[in-house]
Amino acid sequence: MSTALLEVDGVSRIYSRGSLLSRRQFAAVDRVSFGLDADRAEIFTVVGESGSGKTTLARMILGMVAPTAGAIRFKGRDVSHIRGRRARLDFMKEVQPVFQNPFEAFNPMKRVDRYLFATARRMAGLGETAAIADAADVALKSVGLSLAEVRGRFPHELSGGQLQRVAIARALISRPALLVADEPVSMIDASLRAAIVNLLRDLRDRLGVSIIYITHDLATAYYISDRLLIMRRGEAVETGEARAVLDRPQHPYSQLLKASVLPPDVPSEPGGRLRADPIIPQGASSHA
Amino acid sequence: MTSPVLAVSDLRAYYRTSAFGVQREVRAVDDVSLAIQPGEIYGLAGESSSGKTTLIKTIANAIQPPLQVLAGSVLFDFAGQRFDIHALRPRELAAIRWKHLSYIMQGSMNVLNPVRRVRQTFVDFAFRHIGRPLPEFLDVVRQHLQRLHLEPQVLEAYPHQLSGGMRQRVTIALATVCRPQFIIADEPTTALDVVVQKGVLGMIHEVQRALGSSILFVTHDMAVHANLSDRLGIMYAGRIVEEGRTADVFRAPRHPYTTHLIGSLPHLGDAAPKQGLPGAPPNLADPPPGCRFHPRCPRASDLCRRDVPALETDASGHRVACFHPATESVAESIS
Repeated sequence: MSTALLEVDGVSRIYSRGSLLSRRQFAAVDRVSFGLDADRAEIFTVVGESGSGKTTLARMILGMVAPTAGAIRFKGRDVSHIRGRRARLDFMKEVQPVFQNPFEAFNPMKRVDRYLFATARRMAGLGETAAIADAADVALKSVGLSLAEVRGRFPHELSGGQLQRVAIARALISRPALLVADEPVSMIDASLRAAIVNLLRDLRDRLGVSIIYITHDLATAYYISDRLLIMRRGEAVETGEARAVLDRPQHPYSQLLKASVLPPDVPSEPGGRLRADPIIPQGASSHA
Repeated sequence: MTSPVLAVSDLRAYYRTSAFGVQREVRAVDDVSLAIQPGEIYGLAGESSSGKTTLIKTIANAIQPPLQVLAGSVLFDFAGQRFDIHALRPRELAAIRWKHLSYIMQGSMNVLNPVRRVRQTFVDFAFRHIGRPLPEFLDVVRQHLQRLHLEPQVLEAYPHQLSGGMRQRVTIALATVCRPQFIIADEPTTALDVVVQKGVLGMIHEVQRALGSSILFVTHDMAVHANLSDRLGIMYAGRIVEEGRTADVFRAPRHPYTTHLIGSLPHLGDAAPKQGLPGAPPNLADPPPGCRFHPRCPRASDLCRRDVPALETDASGHRVACFHPATESVAESIS
């Protein structure tokens, strides 16, 4: 029997707003379920428009937000029931985040190596300076950098691509089983983006890290992911093997999403692909 | 041949700061020349910090210290009315802005006043340029909205009541209501979802064809350029490195940077990983000598490390700044 690494079981997150008298509720995430296997590292992609609940889902998996209903279990333990510093640290060692904008993830006034050293000390439990530097160097080498290149540098001295690699290296120091990468390439320049996407794929194959890859870019999702979940307004509309879903989307929204991707080549007639005027879905980017 | 609506020649705009006696100079736009014809969509592509935004700020004469224009000129020609935008007095500039030269910005929330109804925003921006009494002006606005498939009811809405795509459509309506000859669009669809983006781009295309305006369309998204622009300029580290008809640039890129950029675009359905370009864009405060792309270029020679390649025009009007440009067959084998 295969064991589950992560089970997301009918998870919802409901936010309410308004005053005491006019209370309105909406579900940022609405009964989403999926699971990752512990035996086989995979890239599980969550695709959706902005406001579809992708990021809320990621925050719940990271234990930053508690689900309103349903449960998220990591290696059989309910993530929202982790109590105490020690248990929390153990969980964080295994599940690490990579955020969208590396320039916001790092404090501009701090040298980036501090983050690596602090993670090595706290998450990997290393004490000696040499061992800490070693761990940082190993992690950086696995993303194609080295400590010599990064030591003493401030975030503005590195390019977006390099900085995102440092962010990934930092996440790898504690040897996690799962990375939650929320739009890791959307803030990165096109010429550097391919390298980060390839790196994620490489981490899965070489280090056996499972990755939850959150994106709105169907093209990169197609070539790196094993399985895919399409979200719309908090609900999972379609899920399955990534290429099968993207080759033959079944749900009307998945079909619309696929049809909306502009291929990066010149159409036979200028503006030819733009003529159709699709209906903007109600509340596409706001829940108002 | 008609004269271009915008002619930029040898433009050089640097950010110059001096703090505690330390002079710092960021060469964001260096010797840029380009011309945009009436009725044309000119796409400007480039990575972040390639100087795209500085270039359009300079073109729109929205220059604030520490940005300085050191050399070059920006000449507009609005149906015979010619002027250098940097030589205008503030009042003359205000008369041209929005009426002849308008903008579509990335963040629609930054354009629409959140505490005013859309109707009041239209009055703020366009009323004085249209020069009709208010009821007639509002009729003009309503007709214009109808042409853009927007309901007249949006005029009574506050910006937060509209969805992101709807708001961006309203800002496009706002930018085009005076039927300007020239529109600067700065990443107008970057913040939108793919589904909404396609509709907004379709709308820009439609209104541009209807009004016959020229658009300078800036985005880093090459897929948008492929589908929208007539001609395309590629910026790298403050310079235009390649320019030509969009179809030519995509089918046969000649500069090694463009070749790589187009070769690395992910297509839906690709199974093989694409290669990233090694290295990083240069720091514009201290750009490398010679060609600014040479540290990342597979074809760099000693000449590239020493001299700056000029932007040469070939017989078909395609321009490339490279000592070792690809011939068509080479370009195809790489991409």
